[in-house]
Amino acid sequence: MPPRFLTTIAAIALVAAACGTSSATAETPATTGEPTTTSTEAATTTAPPTATVPDEGGFPVTVETSNGSVTIEARPEHVVSLSPTSTEVLFAIGAGEQVVAVDNQSDYPAGAPVTDLTGFDPNLEAIAGYGADLVILMYDPGEVQAGLEALGIPVILHPAAWTLDDAYAQIEQVGEATGHTDEAIALVDSMQTQIAATTDSTDAAGATYYHELSPDFYSATSATFIGGLYAMLGLENIADDADPDGYGYPQLSAEHILAEDPAFIFLADTLCCEQTIETVGERPGWSALSAVQGGSITELDDDVASRWGPRVVGLVETIAASLDEQLSG
Amino acid sequence: MTGDEIRPSRLHWWWLVGALLVLAAAVLVSVMLGAVDLGASSIVSSLLDRLPFVDLDSGLTDREEAILWDLRMPRVVLGGIVGATLAVAGGSYQGAFRNPLADPYLLGVAAGAGLGATIAIAYGPSIPSTPFGPLPLMAFIGGIAGVAATYAIGYSVRAGRTAVTLILAGVAVASFLTAVQTYLQQRNAETLREVYGWILGRLSTVGWTEVWMVLPYVVVATAVMLLGARRLDVLSVGDDEATTLGVDPTRVRLVMVLAATLGTAAVVAVSGLIGFVGIIVPHTIRIIFGSSYRIVLPLSVVLGAAFLILADLLARTVAAPAEIPIGVVTAFFGAPFFAIVLRSSRGLGS
Repeated sequence: MPPRFLTTIAAIALVAAACGTSSATAETPATTGEPTTTSTEAATTTAPPTATVPDEGGFPVTVETSNGSVTIEARPEHVVSLSPTSTEVLFAIGAGEQVVAVDNQSDYPAGAPVTDLTGFDPNLEAIAGYGADLVILMYDPGEVQAGLEALGIPVILHPAAWTLDDAYAQIEQVGEATGHTDEAIALVDSMQTQIAATTDSTDAAGATYYHELSPDFYSATSATFIGGLYAMLGLENIADDADPDGYGYPQLSAEHILAEDPAFIFLADTLCCEQTIETVGERPGWSALSAVQGGSITELDDDVASRWGPRVVGLVETIAASLDEQLSG
Repeated sequence: MTGDEIRPSRLHWWWLVGALLVLAAAVLVSVMLGAVDLGASSIVSSLLDRLPFVDLDSGLTDREEAILWDLRMPRVVLGGIVGATLAVAGGSYQGAFRNPLADPYLLGVAAGAGLGATIAIAYGPSIPSTPFGPLPLMAFIGGIAGVAATYAIGYSVRAGRTAVTLILAGVAVASFLTAVQTYLQQRNAETLREVYGWILGRLSTVGWTEVWMVLPYVVVATAVMLLGARRLDVLSVGDDEATTLGVDPTRVRLVMVLAATLGTAAVVAVSGLIGFVGIIVPHTIRIIFGSSYRIVLPLSVVLGAAFLILADLLARTVAAPAEIPIGVVTAFFGAPFFAIVLRSSRGLGS
């Protein structure tokens, strides 16, 4: 039992990291870079990595990622993405045609070349087998990056973003690394504009919310990427009290949720765990919650709510729409 | 059983009363304390209000009443049921196999249940909060299959068969089942967290539905085990001696193992895998009161319930308003205790 127990703990850390909960970004010494223009409350924690581009779109290109300085000699034509977020970014900036393989969790957009590759435990031979000339990882369980570099394949490690600025910096790096710098900058600009338009017109004025990651009440605090989005809309998170160590993803006690009586409930476990407004209402004791009685429960798309790519815009709009519906009514 | 034979082999009534008082205290403390402070006097009023002919205003709001009666109470009750069942099942396994280390983890029951749960989570429709859903059913089937495989392999050994053979078979079966389970988890990465949540034990989402679901299985299984305590005592003198005393060792073993597995699988299906209860509780009772199964099994029911209720109290409150998986709490206390049992188990081995 004890060895297995330790394995379990390790594996939970692994899953947490893969679900977009890695604290790797926070631990990595951040390279100094010019701050981007968006205003997020959480943006102060990590400075975005910078990129040095000798010539607009010209190769070789060197990008400074959280895993060090990576030089890409020529425009990559066989990109392998083991990160669902990076896959969405690649296609959104017009680099989709250069992508030869994406991991089995990359289910968006529809045309992405999904393979059996897994981002949780990447297999060097399988990646090399696609003739990769650029690999984007969100998680390195060990020596994956070193192994790929030994094969002469450049690797960009883009762990889960903690702020919108992290996400924007990653998008711009993907652009530079694939020769789509202009499109990437345009995408970031458009995301910033649209998100600002939504947050400017919405103010929840400190209304409380509970963001549910799983039916056993795992949640995300304001320190996380998703929590930062809610904070921008003026919402207050009931999970913050439960996370003194700043891990970001505590398991809440059901008693706490009932006692706090959040004004809004957002379900990010509708796909994984088939939770709905109805199943939440049927939970023992939950019928006493104002959000259940007043119908202020919103079903989110788990995938969109756990990634930090272009679809964040739609996510913010969905959240804001459900706030508007209740606050105006 | 060196040194234990001079101990009384009967269960004295005042021991049972004492154990029940411990259980009552554990229940009371657990109902009083939680992630949310409801106020002791309000809780007492609310409890008394439920008694017939008593009408008290507890001053609790609807939500606070829901916290007490829909969240905290079923969790305390289910914690008690799970602890009682795991402890008495552990004691029965130890008696049936004459091995002080026998528990669901070493017999392939837990590994089988874990594999069944993984299959259900990875390939079945995912409705974890439904008691009659695929997860409990598959855990149940897996647990039975695990112990059946252990039993079949252990008893197919012809030469040099001992009680240890069965434990070795259990280790082999458990390793195999765990390997299959790990493989399936890797293939279905998106459900990993749900599987691990289950493996670490979860009382955090239970309600009265789960209580009513396990109760029939647990009552039947526990009754069979308690009635078999005397035969386990006969078995403890050795198979040949037991046969001359008119007890069929194989039959006793089969009945006790089936009952213990039925109870274990039923509670594991709703609570997940909660380790070490089946080791800690029976051994503590052996050390304090004596090793007769007519003492160990009844006291295991009562003190096992008290132990898990208190362990869950820690899981609920230590990091409140966050939760700690209860499997972490029981293993945190269980692993050191396990080491002490190992150190002092010389002579208990049969």
